Amino acid sequence: MTDPTTGHSADRPAAAATPLAGRRRVAAGRRPSPVLLVPACAAALLAVLPLGYLAVRALERGPAYAWDVIADDRTALLLGHSLGLTAAVVLGCLVLGVSLAWLTVRTALPGARIWSVLVTLPLAVPSYVAAFTWLSAAPGLAGFTGSALTLTLVSFPYVYLPVAAALRRTDPAQEEVSRSLGHGRVRTFLRVTLPQLRPAAAGGGLLVALYVLSDFGAVSLMRYDTFTRGIYTSYRASFDRTPAAALSAVLVLMTVALVAAETRTRGRAGHARTGTGTARPAEPAPLGRLRLPALGWCGAVVALAVGFPLATLGYWLAVGNSATWDPGTLADTSLTTLGTAAAGAALTTLLALPVGVIAARHRGRGARLLEQAAYAGHALPGITVALALVFFAVRYARPLYQELPLLVCAYAVLFLPVAAAATRAAVLQAPPVLEDVARSLGRSPLAVLRTVTVPLAAPGVAAGAALTFVVCMKELPATLLLRPTGMDTLATRLWTETGAGSFAAAAPYAAALILLAAVPSYLLGRHRT
Amino acid sequence: MRRPLARSLTALAAAALISPLLAGCGSDEPAGLVIYSGRNEKLVGSLIDKLEESLDTRVEVRYGGSAELSAQLLEEGDATEAGLFLSQDAGALGALSKEGRLAPLPQTALEKVEPAYRGAAGDWVGLSGRVRVIAYHPDKVATPPDSVHEVVKPEWKGKVGYAPTNASFQSFVTGMRVLEGDDATRTWLKGLKANGKPYENNLAVMDAVDSGEVSLGLVNHYYWYERVAEKGEDELDVRIHYLAKSDPGGLVNVAGVGMLKGADAEQSAYARKAVDFLLSAESQRYFADKTKEYPLAAGVTSDVKDLPPFESLTKPEIDLGELDSLKDTLAMLQDVGMV
Repeated sequence: MTDPTTGHSADRPAAAATPLAGRRRVAAGRRPSPVLLVPACAAALLAVLPLGYLAVRALERGPAYAWDVIADDRTALLLGHSLGLTAAVVLGCLVLGVSLAWLTVRTALPGARIWSVLVTLPLAVPSYVAAFTWLSAAPGLAGFTGSALTLTLVSFPYVYLPVAAALRRTDPAQEEVSRSLGHGRVRTFLRVTLPQLRPAAAGGGLLVALYVLSDFGAVSLMRYDTFTRGIYTSYRASFDRTPAAALSAVLVLMTVALVAAETRTRGRAGHARTGTGTARPAEPAPLGRLRLPALGWCGAVVALAVGFPLATLGYWLAVGNSATWDPGTLADTSLTTLGTAAAGAALTTLLALPVGVIAARHRGRGARLLEQAAYAGHALPGITVALALVFFAVRYARPLYQELPLLVCAYAVLFLPVAAAATRAAVLQAPPVLEDVARSLGRSPLAVLRTVTVPLAAPGVAAGAALTFVVCMKELPATLLLRPTGMDTLATRLWTETGAGSFAAAAPYAAALILLAAVPSYLLGRHRT
Repeated sequence: MRRPLARSLTALAAAALISPLLAGCGSDEPAGLVIYSGRNEKLVGSLIDKLEESLDTRVEVRYGGSAELSAQLLEEGDATEAGLFLSQDAGALGALSKEGRLAPLPQTALEKVEPAYRGAAGDWVGLSGRVRVIAYHPDKVATPPDSVHEVVKPEWKGKVGYAPTNASFQSFVTGMRVLEGDDATRTWLKGLKANGKPYENNLAVMDAVDSGEVSLGLVNHYYWYERVAEKGEDELDVRIHYLAKSDPGGLVNVAGVGMLKGADAEQSAYARKAVDFLLSAESQRYFADKTKEYPLAAGVTSDVKDLPPFESLTKPEIDLGELDSLKDTLAMLQDVGMV
């Protein structure tokens, strides 16, 4: 028989005869079609560019020097802090993300649609704005607690979005079977629903982990010494790129370990439905007496993650004298931001598509390597990725340097995993048997991708694109170094105003950033299947 | 539902990818001078407008953090488009000078500024100065200390705010090491760590004193004027106190400028004129009046009331741009557990 996605002859013909053929379609050792492989490799190459730069800089003064930097006692301390913080934030995000996704997608929560937009907004709150607002209200939070709190509140949508998308596409029939066999709601959720969410939740959790590792804004304001803060100290206090590169290399190793760990949690189960016909939308579960607590939970999270920063911005406007902002500039900056972020999201999503499909449909070592490569840049601080692109662009792509296309490429390097994880989780839920059928009816691999795989995975891919769009909008360090000279985004304006202590003048830009992020969330809400 | 979504997504993606190409079309006339500025646009933007008028060419400015921009300039090397680097602190200029990225400045420009406030290699010059002061809350502190040695005494336990990762704080520690030796400085730092609360930056320290969270703060003087501009003096509780002459705590730090090697002849000519302009009476007056800093070029003095005369301040006994001593300071701060 012929492989659905590749057109290559399958090396295990017996698989077709087993009843599990539909589920175990994801087999080891099969090679993806060149239609997927070539663009996926291109994406991976772009993503590993920063590694080449790190090698050059870290070894500039010989391996012994780099080793001295890494072997320092302080490195171990920073590593411990970073890992502890990562664990706490990932746990917090899983609890928030999964619970909110279930409430907004699967229950009769009043105003579920509005809630599903509101709970994605925290992603648009830059971590330093969140940290700043919390610190000004409760200085005692500085340190681990404050860092964990703010990072959880700004990054749980990384888990919420893919899990909500997965819940929408999960066939409720399995849960109904479980209920009919005598399992209660809770047991059904834990034993049937939750395992199906595992790829989405683990993928989201991985993104959160890498985000926490690379974050500088929140930990610097909260004064919690993490690995990334150590890297910034090297740039800022000793103006030295060599230790920064050596430490960054350690971050890359941590990324590889985390990606590998996440791969292990995936297990072998398939998550696509295999029956005939199409899945119905699930019947919303009645909340009964839990209606008020459920509303309270959603309300509290939104209030803390979005309401509180917005209220603080209002306060800045009220007490500051610098509020001489002009609506024309704000509109221009907003348009520039939207255009740049849209381009970043589009390129990232396109590059992530082949990577995500291969990661979902193939299990070989090559496929795993490809996926890991795509994640390479994600735990690196933005400044390091930006300097790597400066390094390469100045040497090999001079005409692009400090032009928009290079900035868009930087977004792709930084956020490729955001889109790839969403794509992978979505493709996993699309039944491979449909691809088989399309192939057997004579469609080419490209046509199968276009007419079967992508449309089936579209909601998940769109969620990934929206997520990428929002994180591109608030990206700061790479934007500062790579933007065309004179171009301003909302994030750079915010940086300028707060840097001069003009908080009232900064408030409109921060508010615009948060409100514009509502646009992709709203569109996604409308397109719900 | 699925089809239209996939289709509209494709259309959106196509539009988004094409839009940057269109945006690149309407380019302006080429700039005569490109400046990388580590100083905030709010602080120097209108000065740059005047510079543009004076040079009679378009001036393009890339704003960023001083340290980040200096790293970028080092990566760019000779291929840089920048002709001039405006830095918030001497360290970033020192980093470029050490790697041989800065072109020598004309002697006439250098001589306008005292040797203490310019690069030893003659390739950067200070434009404006800020002085380290003690911020205090008048309700909690009747007479603020005249020396940083006071703040490590037991009566100030838990009452002192400072910003250990701030470049000015670190140059002050370097200055103290030169004036009083490493052992005395280490002891003082331990005392400060025991007594103090660390903050991310000077503004955060200033706000903490203002809210009464701490009673004293070690900051730069001009942040107070920034707070006054934002909130109004009546709304602020915090006040600042200048330290006794020759106290290591009252160190002067500078923001400065350097010309980049690698710029073509035309841009270098503009860059030289720009340095002259920045050291002119008009620009120096701008720093005095607008940013409330000390003008560093001879012949201009600040009229800002309450500002002590520049001559009465502690002159740095160190080369402010020298990085090796900065590294030793950083190592000491890490050793003490401050950063």
